Amino acid sequence: MYKIFSTVISIILVFSYAGQISGADQKIIISPTDFEAFDTPSDDGTSVSLRWPSSPSESPDAEYVVYVSENRNGPFVTEVLRINSQTMYEDNSHSQFHYVEVNPGKILSRKGERKNNRKEKEEHFFKLVLMSGSSTVETKNIASAFSRGDWFDWKKLNNFVLMISFVVLVLFFLNHAKKSPNLFIRKINGLDAIDEALGRATEMGKPALFVHGLNGMGSISTIAAVNILGRIAYRIAEYDTTLKVSNIDPIVMSVSQEVVKESYLEAGRPDAYVQDNIFLAASEQFPYVAAVSGIMVREKPATNFFMGYFYAESLILTETGANTGAIQIAATDSYTQLPFFITTCDYTLIGEELYAASAYLSREPLLLGSLRAQDVGKGVLIAALVIGTILVTCGIGFVRYLFMAG
Amino acid sequence: MNFFKRTVPLFIAFTMGVMMAFQYYVPHEMSQSLLKIVSRWGITIGGFAVFLGAYSLFHLHLTKIKRKLSGWGYSIFVFFGAGITIIFGLYNGGEFFWNDKQEGTMFEWIYFNVQVPAGATMFSILAFFMASAAYRTFKARTNEATILLIAAIIVMLGRVPIGTMISQYIPVAADWIMSVPNMAAKRGILIGVSIGAIATSLKIIFGIERAYLGGGD
Repeated sequence: MYKIFSTVISIILVFSYAGQISGADQKIIISPTDFEAFDTPSDDGTSVSLRWPSSPSESPDAEYVVYVSENRNGPFVTEVLRINSQTMYEDNSHSQFHYVEVNPGKILSRKGERKNNRKEKEEHFFKLVLMSGSSTVETKNIASAFSRGDWFDWKKLNNFVLMISFVVLVLFFLNHAKKSPNLFIRKINGLDAIDEALGRATEMGKPALFVHGLNGMGSISTIAAVNILGRIAYRIAEYDTTLKVSNIDPIVMSVSQEVVKESYLEAGRPDAYVQDNIFLAASEQFPYVAAVSGIMVREKPATNFFMGYFYAESLILTETGANTGAIQIAATDSYTQLPFFITTCDYTLIGEELYAASAYLSREPLLLGSLRAQDVGKGVLIAALVIGTILVTCGIGFVRYLFMAG
Repeated sequence: MNFFKRTVPLFIAFTMGVMMAFQYYVPHEMSQSLLKIVSRWGITIGGFAVFLGAYSLFHLHLTKIKRKLSGWGYSIFVFFGAGITIIFGLYNGGEFFWNDKQEGTMFEWIYFNVQVPAGATMFSILAFFMASAAYRTFKARTNEATILLIAAIIVMLGRVPIGTMISQYIPVAADWIMSVPNMAAKRGILIGVSIGAIATSLKIIFGIERAYLGGGD
């Protein structure tokens, strides 16, 4: 009797415990009420956006899984997304909506489930499943979307408008400069000192050294440096002094050779041009520093020009030049290196002065016109900064979106 | 001749300049492909330009050796270093250059045991040069130099534990200097640089700035 009683009690206990486990594992979870898919705006046509409201069953253990298929009826076996249920909330939705961008074409191709290589106007179907432990629940609807490439990035509209406005401004002042060529341009000491520096090199019978920065011809600062090199080479040819140009990039070297050659031709001194004086010193940063420093120490140029974009090598170069007693003129838009140039060089062109140098040296009205446009552009930006600060302080916040990067 | 030296380059600069400026605003796949193709062109041209660079380097140093110019002995090391590196690069650990680059070859050994330490040595010289440059700058001869000196002392002290030991306000002052006046100056320079870069790009695209083609006109 006792055995039967204890067996019955054990069976009841085992079943009740098993029920508890099953109840804990198989808890009821609620699916999101909606699930939508749409073409991601302003993209290259590979992305689809997914959006759904938060479920009350979200927890640190729960996960959202999205399956993708090329057919509405499935099979939905390929995961395109798996995230913790309490992540990837839509911006400014206060955790009420989830928003995710996925690339279904890439995932289907990777899994070998894509029928062909088409990318344009491709419809994908998505199924959203909420998983928690062994419980799963899926949304009622299958969401679908075409992925299309867009021909304009609307997030960059403000940038585009600003760009067009600035282009119009530059063109206006170029036209204006044609009519009134004597535009005022403020004195830039560093550029005025070029003649003095070249004169010193001529008197001393020593060369002038032009050092390019580390960037290639794709960098606007290198192009600006090459423009200045052309003007300097013209004066050097007139003074009959030696100009040495050290390069780290073979393309910059080739362009520099052509620029210097043309300047010598223009000055009527083609015979004075020596191609070996525009040379590749090295193709790596610190070998370049070693090579240029060696030239400075051995040949002791009377004048050193450092033009372009520089990195950590700037101080080693200019300090070596300062120790050799050369007049040093630097021009860079690399603001991290500016303190080193200001410390060790006699004259430093800061930031946009590098770009203004060519216009300043040539005094061509058209080039001067673009400088006026730059000044007006800066004036507009300063006004926008001041007015924007006042408006945002007064609680009018829309103005910040006008200059927001896309 | 002027057509090929002036008109064609200006036309290419205008076409590519306008195209790539608008490419930034077009996210379409075709636009992205165009960017990739143009970038590949740049890499390809850069690859061929290496031969020009190598020719320039070797010709310069050969002339120095021939004429026994100042420092010609160093030029021998250029040929010595380049020759050894090229030989081991082509040998490629016995697999030769037409096969994939091998790991653990003599070429890599030269790179990691000669070039990298030599570069690091050059970089380490920077610390000493920084000290000598700072000494020259921080001699408080003018009002600006005095302000620079005071700001530099506060920032340097604010970055090391002894600054906090002297006063808890020093790190606060250092952070303020870096995040307010320093940041304002940096942003001012950046705005000027950005506008200058756009204006220079426009001058090149519209053919107003032609100095990069050689000559002034």
